[in-house]
Amino acid sequence: MPSLQDYKGQDPAWCPGCGNFGILNTFRDAMVELDMNPHQFTVVSGIGQAAKFPHYIKCNTFNGLHGRALPVATGIRLANHEQPVMVFTGDGDCYGEGGNHFIHTMRRNINVKLFVHDNQIYGLTKGQASPTSMEGMKTKNQPFGVFSEQMSPMALAVAMDCSFVARTFAADSEHLKAMIKAALNHNGFTLVDILQPCVTFNKINTFQWYKERVYHIEPDYDPENRVQAFQRALEWGDRIPLGILYKNNRPALEDRIPIISNKSLLKQQLNPLKLEETLREFY
Amino acid sequence: MGDIVAVTGNEACAQAFKQINPDVCAAYPITPATDLMQRFSSFVNDGKVDTELVLVESEHSAMSACIGAAAAGGRVATATSSQGLALMWEMLYIAAGTRLPIIMPLVNRALSAPLNIHGDHSDGMGARDTGWIQLYSENAQEAYDNTIQAFRIAEHLDIRVPAMVCMDGFIVSHSIERVEYIDDADVKKFVGEFQAVNPLLDMDKPKSYGPLILTDMYHEYKRAQHEVMTKVPNIVREVAADFEKMTGRKYDLFETYRLDDAEIAVVVMSSAAGTTKDIIDQYREKGIKVGLLKPRMFRPFPFLEIAEALQHLKAIAVLDRADSFGGYGPLFSEITGAVMSMNSKPAVINKIFGLGGRDYLPDQAEQVLDELVTIAKTGKVETIKEYIGVRE
Ligand SMILES: Cc1ncc(C[n+]2csc(CCOP(=O)(O)OP(=O)(O)O)c2C)c(N)n1
Ligand SMILES: [Mg+2]
Repeated sequence: MPSLQDYKGQDPAWCPGCGNFGILNTFRDAMVELDMNPHQFTVVSGIGQAAKFPHYIKCNTFNGLHGRALPVATGIRLANHEQPVMVFTGDGDCYGEGGNHFIHTMRRNINVKLFVHDNQIYGLTKGQASPTSMEGMKTKNQPFGVFSEQMSPMALAVAMDCSFVARTFAADSEHLKAMIKAALNHNGFTLVDILQPCVTFNKINTFQWYKERVYHIEPDYDPENRVQAFQRALEWGDRIPLGILYKNNRPALEDRIPIISNKSLLKQQLNPLKLEETLREFY
Repeated sequence: MGDIVAVTGNEACAQAFKQINPDVCAAYPITPATDLMQRFSSFVNDGKVDTELVLVESEHSAMSACIGAAAAGGRVATATSSQGLALMWEMLYIAAGTRLPIIMPLVNRALSAPLNIHGDHSDGMGARDTGWIQLYSENAQEAYDNTIQAFRIAEHLDIRVPAMVCMDGFIVSHSIERVEYIDDADVKKFVGEFQAVNPLLDMDKPKSYGPLILTDMYHEYKRAQHEVMTKVPNIVREVAADFEKMTGRKYDLFETYRLDDAEIAVVVMSSAAGTTKDIIDQYREKGIKVGLLKPRMFRPFPFLEIAEALQHLKAIAVLDRADSFGGYGPLFSEITGAVMSMNSKPAVINKIFGLGGRDYLPDQAEQVLDELVTIAKTGKVETIKEYIGVRE
């Protein structure tokens, strides 16, 4: 049984009061409660404040390039799909620079767990608008306010038939923990968008702002009804739904690739004799 | 005369952008270049320029948008660093291949992996074959002056080639130095009105950019690009001469320091040249005849001119702030290329220094000079390529 201490990495260099602390602590709690040892899973990230996440927990990590966490995670899963692979990333990292990968990873439905620290801003580079920044938000680089329409990752994911689409709030740790666990227990690609106050660079979507708007989806809500899910996914403004907005039972990619469906690539022996046999088939 | 100010390299470049007032800037933030465009954004905000500034979703898109705007007939600029430049890679070739005079300060920063945000020249060297002009700057003043000159050079009607103005990340981009600004009106006059060449927005004369050319003419197209590059050095010198008339500040393809009567010399680019000059002064006081050559224009590389400046030496150390793994440092390769044309060839050694922002300290320069003294005496080179300033 792992303890919280087993998960302690470097000391976080986030701003005091950052929503990321809540995510980090809740994640460690969830791992301990799920009885998962740090060496049993891999965390992949890109670049950003959110992407520093793996520095602050002790486990297998791959910290790569801005926007490119999902393709790396895909590769890791394909080589060894017996271990959970999780991606912790920011809204800029995942929905902006990595937006293309986001779309195609949902299509592929590889069993990667994606957690997006959605602070609606580029935190690391000091406060430029991200794809989820609200229209009109002024930043130093968007002096006339954001002209582009705010992206809805939830609606995009439902439209892509993503196999698990959830939203939660960094400051609602019980709910966050439940979402982390539900995602880990789902077979297929999962998106958990975590509303995360950025105390330094986002002065609009503050803790208070979220607090006044978020609500838990009613228990009798049916997450398998896609049309209804789409409506919920579009809800943003006075009320923002938290919970599993949508899920389906599409088969995961790993279950569909014949050579790995029984055994992970990593556990398969390289058999040169068999290779010769295969080659002979061509003569 | 313009104001004398205390500013960072980024601030100085943003000021140059403000004075030139480009039509379009498309950018994506990345440390340490973020702050340059952010300062420029504040000029947009305050109505000091009427540039259309757009923040896109990646550097690939930023360079693509710049290319579109330049092909449409606009004066276009952006800035980036490191992975940002790496992500622009395929677009850099498009900009140069379609001869669009885009100006881009490159705040030099190391490349991943592992992740590092500090200064070295790996990014710029990775783009050396793209067909862009590259000017390297020692300090904030040079970054400012080079940016202004870059517009004149790149937009010259005989060449029309994009240009990068490089400065060392943090060391120059974020350090406050004394900089002499030029009056707005003088900058405007110096740079001149932008002249669009083959703009897509000329509706009466339709154009196409970048269509397929196969084995029939591609080779000739590239040869034409090569020939254009051979015209660049003269234009750089012409522009520098005009710049000197305006400011009194002298620029050339490269700078030499106490080189004429030297027996040994260091070749190094950008901020490290400053430190090296101080140590050279100390060695000169000891009676050791040492000098320095600091390339300013790395692309195109002025082989013959540099060969002429170095040919009287006994031994040369080329300091590279980037490595070509499995090869020699990129600057070393160019210098030895230049040495090829000399009748009597000096000994040349290569030191790799300062990667990922590792400080280049006086004792490193001293170590290199001491080695050169020995090589000049014995004529023997022990190791050609070596890392210096390494923690063992
Ligand atoms: C190719 C490339 N471009 C730009 C950057 C600079 N950069 C690093 S993180 C980041 C945005 C971070 O925003 P987000 O993903 O929302 O993370 P946050 O810091 O808000 O958690 C940017 C632009 C980079 N590292 N690589
Ligand atoms: Mg963010």
